[in-house]
Amino acid sequence: MSVHTPHPDLPPPSTSVGIIGWARKNLFSSPLNSILTLGALYLVVRFLPPVINWAILDANWAGSTRDACTDGGACWVFVKVRLTQFMFGFYPPDQYWRVILAFGLLGVLIAWLLIEKTPKKSWVAAFTILVYPIIAFVLFYGGLGLPVVETNKWGGLMLTLILATIGMFFALPFGIILALGRRSSMPIPRALSVVFIELWRGVPLITVLFMSSVMLPLFMPEDLRIDKLVRALVGISLFQSAYMAEVIRGGLQALPKGQSEAADALGLSYWQAMFLVILPQALKTVIPGIVNTFIELFKDTTLVLIIGLMDLLSIVQSAFADPKWLGFSVEGYVFAGLVYWIFCFSMSRYSQHLERKLHTGHKR
Amino acid sequence: MKKLSFIMVAVFFMISASLASASTLEEVQKRDVLQCGVSTGLPGFSNPDEKGNWTGLDVDACRAVAAAVLHDANKVKFVPLTAKERFTALQSGEIDILSRNTTWTLTRDTSLGLNFTHTDYYDGQGFMVSKKLGVKSAKELDGAAICIQSGTTTELNLADYFKQNKMKYQAVVFDTSDQTVKGFEAGRCDVLTSDQSQLYGLRIKLAKPEDAVVLPEIISKEPLGPVVRQGDDGWFNIVKWTIFAMIDAEEMGVTSKNVDEMKKSTDPNIRRLLGLEGIKGKGMNLSDDWAYQIIKQVGNYGEVFERNVGQGSPLKIKRGLNALWNKGGIQYAPPIR
Repeated sequence: MSVHTPHPDLPPPSTSVGIIGWARKNLFSSPLNSILTLGALYLVVRFLPPVINWAILDANWAGSTRDACTDGGACWVFVKVRLTQFMFGFYPPDQYWRVILAFGLLGVLIAWLLIEKTPKKSWVAAFTILVYPIIAFVLFYGGLGLPVVETNKWGGLMLTLILATIGMFFALPFGIILALGRRSSMPIPRALSVVFIELWRGVPLITVLFMSSVMLPLFMPEDLRIDKLVRALVGISLFQSAYMAEVIRGGLQALPKGQSEAADALGLSYWQAMFLVILPQALKTVIPGIVNTFIELFKDTTLVLIIGLMDLLSIVQSAFADPKWLGFSVEGYVFAGLVYWIFCFSMSRYSQHLERKLHTGHKR
Repeated sequence: MKKLSFIMVAVFFMISASLASASTLEEVQKRDVLQCGVSTGLPGFSNPDEKGNWTGLDVDACRAVAAAVLHDANKVKFVPLTAKERFTALQSGEIDILSRNTTWTLTRDTSLGLNFTHTDYYDGQGFMVSKKLGVKSAKELDGAAICIQSGTTTELNLADYFKQNKMKYQAVVFDTSDQTVKGFEAGRCDVLTSDQSQLYGLRIKLAKPEDAVVLPEIISKEPLGPVVRQGDDGWFNIVKWTIFAMIDAEEMGVTSKNVDEMKKSTDPNIRRLLGLEGIKGKGMNLSDDWAYQIIKQVGNYGEVFERNVGQGSPLKIKRGLNALWNKGGIQYAPPIR
């Protein structure tokens, strides 16, 4: 008696596996998708090779003068000879180590706080908030034996990062205070918060910067001069904290009332309830919003070029004006765009990582 | 109402009085650095070079003043300014001199509380045409398509010029100067118009600069020069005579290279210029060698011109109106005596 042996499973049809299967499923699943795929393919074939040719294959990398750019492609030599200027602005070259040290230290501190399982997080956090700003100020500006480098020499990526970091540093705590103030039951803090938020959200950042740079000096007494960079920084911080407040208020409103009632029932004080129960949950829900505001702030710093501060974009633009290097604006803009993209993309990736890590119960 | 306007007038006078009380010269000498407002980037006039040093004609005007006042042309703090904030920066005392391709006009000179010192560059609107057109003069441009940047006075000047000469043109308008160049290059127009100093810069941006020529005609007056606050005549004199000294030095043939030999010269004009006889620096409260320092450290007007925008630079702008008065131009400075 023969034993029945089932026929082994046939392999799936060759059209549903492998590359063909993947393409059928993802690219040609309907007539409309097929048309879109072919259209996109045409655009890629039509436009990608020239871009690659220009940016990489025909590009000029070697040399240090304009004459080195002969191959017809991009002239990266322009970016190369100006790279330190794009990074540090007019900072004296023998003092670059100060900038690198300051940002390096910040990087280490932030990494310490972000990476899990590092010891003594609260001490490091306190150090970052209370001591690091003083160290950074001494390193960037000078003092304690270091020669003073005035703020008009700051520029390039360094200035962009300083503007963005300080903006973020102030925007988050101010934003939290304003958001709490706006939801407070006390009339005066609430009114002040509402007025502040609506006033700063009601004007464009460009107006704020312009006001700080052009109008403010006229109102101030003759012998009192506040540094232009400081004026711009105050403007940016106040402006962004108003936006941040609204983002955080969104998070506060998303929390069910039961949370604060439960905190009250446990006998927690207002601040205990806020810091132990409400804010941790509220901030978690609005991580995408907070990071969005940070990315926006990072890119908005380019607006300082209208008040003559030499941030990354504006120092790249001023390099276009060098008679020896006229006509390489595309290379400069591509470079600046790339740098901004790298920073914004990393921030965005980190926020996604954070969301995944903290998603403990709301995941659908 | 009357009371209010009285208060405003009083406040205004208090402000102007407080401005006038501190002498800019003393302030600069005490600070030991000159604060100079320049453009954020204009080829040949003010732009940072690869090493981060500011260079250009406008920049050298400030360096010359620093050489005269502080004996060191490098003691200048350059404050890059946009067109909108430049006058406020000067009025509020953030800068001591504004040297930022600013056109001298009646309105600016009389209603902003500023004084224009002297024109260190006579600019004006000009035309660039492609060589193959074979046009030699702007008078032959009847019926041409002209590339122009929108929203500038250039548009107005162009319309006036063609109307006066009873010619017709077709304007092709762009938003930025880069787009204007691309339009010209793509053949959308036969002619590109802008301030002449900028035409030479735009010309270098073309793929083949040798195919385009800048026509000699200028259809508008754009005198550019350093500006100071009104109400400090001493400072006004210093800046004005700094420019004069550079022009006079060129006229006498004193350059940064031969200035030390020239000290042995017997020509009384040169001796007075270099502070060896005559009034020297007394009238301006400067040291006697003020002009020597300018010439030694920065150069005479011709050197500065050629180095930044002329034959010694990629721009290759011809002297034109900016040649000395005895060489076909209109640069003329009062005598130093």
